[in-house]
Amino acid sequence: MSSADAVAGVLWAGVTAYAVFGGADFGAGFWSLLAGGGRRGRRVRDLIDWAIGPVWEANHVWLVFVLVVLWTGFSEAFASIFSTLFIPLSLAALGIVLRGAGFAFHHTARRAGGRRVAEVLFGASSLLTPFFMGTVVGAIAGGRVPVGNAAGDPVTSWLNALSLVIGALFVATSAYLAAVFLISDARRAGAPDLERAFRTRALWAAVVAGALAVAGLFALHADARTVYDGLTGDGLPLVIASALCGTATLVLVARGARRGARATAVGAVVAIVWGWGVAQHPYLLPRDLTIDAAAAPSATLTTLLVVAGIAALLVGPAIALLFTLAQRGVVEETARPVRRDAT
Amino acid sequence: MHAFVPLASELTAARSQMAFTLGFHIILASVGVAFPAIMLIANWRGLRKDDEVALELARRWSKVVAVTFAVGAVTGTVISFEFGLLWPEFTGRFGQVFGVLFAVEGIFFFLEAIFVAIYIFGWKRLSPWQHFWAGVPIPICGIGGAFSVVAVNSWMNQPQGYTLTNGKVTDVDPLKVVFNNAVPYEVPHMILAAYLVTGFLVASIYAVGMLRGRRDRLHRLGLLIPLTVACIATPIQFAVGDTAARAIAEDQPIKFAAMECVQTTSTHVTEYIYGRCTSDGVKGGIGIPGLDSFLVGWSTDTEVTGLDTVPPEDRPPANTMLHWAFDTMVGVCSMLILLGLWFGWVWWRRRDIPQTKWFLRAVAISGVASVVALECGWIVTEVGRQPWIVYEVMRTEEAVTGASGVWVTFTAVVLLYAVLGAALVITLRAMSRRWREADAEEPDVPYGPSPPLPAGLQDGAP
Repeated sequence: MSSADAVAGVLWAGVTAYAVFGGADFGAGFWSLLAGGGRRGRRVRDLIDWAIGPVWEANHVWLVFVLVVLWTGFSEAFASIFSTLFIPLSLAALGIVLRGAGFAFHHTARRAGGRRVAEVLFGASSLLTPFFMGTVVGAIAGGRVPVGNAAGDPVTSWLNALSLVIGALFVATSAYLAAVFLISDARRAGAPDLERAFRTRALWAAVVAGALAVAGLFALHADARTVYDGLTGDGLPLVIASALCGTATLVLVARGARRGARATAVGAVVAIVWGWGVAQHPYLLPRDLTIDAAAAPSATLTTLLVVAGIAALLVGPAIALLFTLAQRGVVEETARPVRRDAT
Repeated sequence: MHAFVPLASELTAARSQMAFTLGFHIILASVGVAFPAIMLIANWRGLRKDDEVALELARRWSKVVAVTFAVGAVTGTVISFEFGLLWPEFTGRFGQVFGVLFAVEGIFFFLEAIFVAIYIFGWKRLSPWQHFWAGVPIPICGIGGAFSVVAVNSWMNQPQGYTLTNGKVTDVDPLKVVFNNAVPYEVPHMILAAYLVTGFLVASIYAVGMLRGRRDRLHRLGLLIPLTVACIATPIQFAVGDTAARAIAEDQPIKFAAMECVQTTSTHVTEYIYGRCTSDGVKGGIGIPGLDSFLVGWSTDTEVTGLDTVPPEDRPPANTMLHWAFDTMVGVCSMLILLGLWFGWVWWRRRDIPQTKWFLRAVAISGVASVVALECGWIVTEVGRQPWIVYEVMRTEEAVTGASGVWVTFTAVVLLYAVLGAALVITLRAMSRRWREADAEEPDVPYGPSPPLPAGLQDGAP
């Protein structure tokens, strides 16, 4: 394996982490938006705040990590993607600003009105970012990002059936991941009513995400043959693994299993992200730019790999500590929503 | 290569957006670098001397750190998008050269985010010293992150450590990139600026409180700790800044000539304080003969390079503004040193902070003044580097995106950040108001100590 492939692997690890942790985070925002007003909506949002509060910031650092590895390891690919896809990436960034602001301020807004505005911002922006990130992925997979400064079409590159399906798929997958995570969080908080509610939501989201994944395959077949051939060729085992994990999650959630669903839900996402990577290998921009052609000089790649190694050694234990403390309730932000009796 | 002619207006929009978002972020970043250290000093004092007031300050400041960190993370993410959205030719060609520094910064930021979360959430459940030590990595990561980011800016001023073949980077020497010529003066200058600005900013808030009659121990200590940090940083900053100016006269003579409005190369150059820069020299302003030469080389015989050594298209724009920004930065720093001497003198004589109205007024102004100095310094280094994005290697106009619509995003960013800034100020003011209301409920922040369970939530029953 060349060092360029190794750096691409690091990049993909970052993409995977962002898809799982960032995705679950966005999904939580999605459920917060759908929870509605009133006492019941309040409880759902309290659960979400309680569950994602301590880990929110860390989840989003993955995005910065992905951007930095991309522009350092594969500068030309980064420049081509960001200039052609100026519009959807600007909208994704808008979502990140609104979401961050909504999150930072919704606890501090005393008056119900201000709080509601912050919450709606937080929820709505949780749709914006994954959707437009999905259209970006669709544009890349569809081979609509040529090499160069704004060399592709500024609109049709991402405003097409394939991109829209993948955008919708990203939103649905986020919602599905979040719902599965929130089932255990509700159990941890001792709120069986919320546990049941999120079980239903997880089932619905899983069905919708599955349907969109199938639609995505058809769209790829019609529009992105390189990636489609890859997914049905070298990537096929990963696609099957993803489908199996998804099905297992459905069964586990439906049967109310106490453990396993989170692992299979994550497995389904990880498998399809790597399936995509394998499918378009050796291309970064299918049919236009390969990993080797875009790769930085070897000294940069080596340094990046060393830095990534150090990052894994330092950040790995630190993040494990944070998640452990959060799971044990040593660090918690807002009070957990306590069980609802006699209703 | 994909040749294209960028619309001049898109270039202006891109430069405006970058200047605006960086000018906004630099304040939050400075607070993010320095405030955790000031917070930990209060925490340490509280634990060592069993000082409840100091602990209360640390607890409140940790909530402010939480809010500013969350907003700073957002504005920082926007900047990483702008590397591609606004300057794809720059990042597309040189990302492989300077990018490693951002990867290192990523590690520091990640660790910082994790320990901020543990510190802020750990007030109740961790033991006091465990909790203190959980906070210690935060300022260390802050300094490491600042080093990495500022080193990139230093590299843009003093590009080195790479080989270009036919416009493509073919070889990189990462150590030369990381430790480029401008790092020894630019990096400490920015880190000291962060401590100086944060110290005066926090102290100024407590000075305003004291002027309004709140002269309890909490306010005095809340003024004393950050003011001490700032007053130690200020004279060091003056010396570092002076060294930086001399180094720029050597490394980027045209930038220096623009800062000082030196039109023609000569010796015995007059130092002008303010004044209007014209092609015939400085109009108005206070001129001190020979001082500019003396400051550059300790002798009035020192030759200072003039703007006329390069064609007009290679000179920085907005010369008068640049000159004023430089003079304002130096002027503010000088005034802040005087404030520090005042404070130091009274402390030496009486072991207490000066309680006079004039002193408190001066401290109250110092916060805004130091932010002005910070922005002026940023203008000097960024506008002074123009027309280059990579000094004498790549012009800013070559780096800009070919996409249209930057005016739209710039407008959106200005509106969005105006709301963001207002929300931040309103939030911080609301927090402070609630702290003042005795026995009031604690405010909630994204990363705050657990508040007591609100009664309505206890059972969830109607």
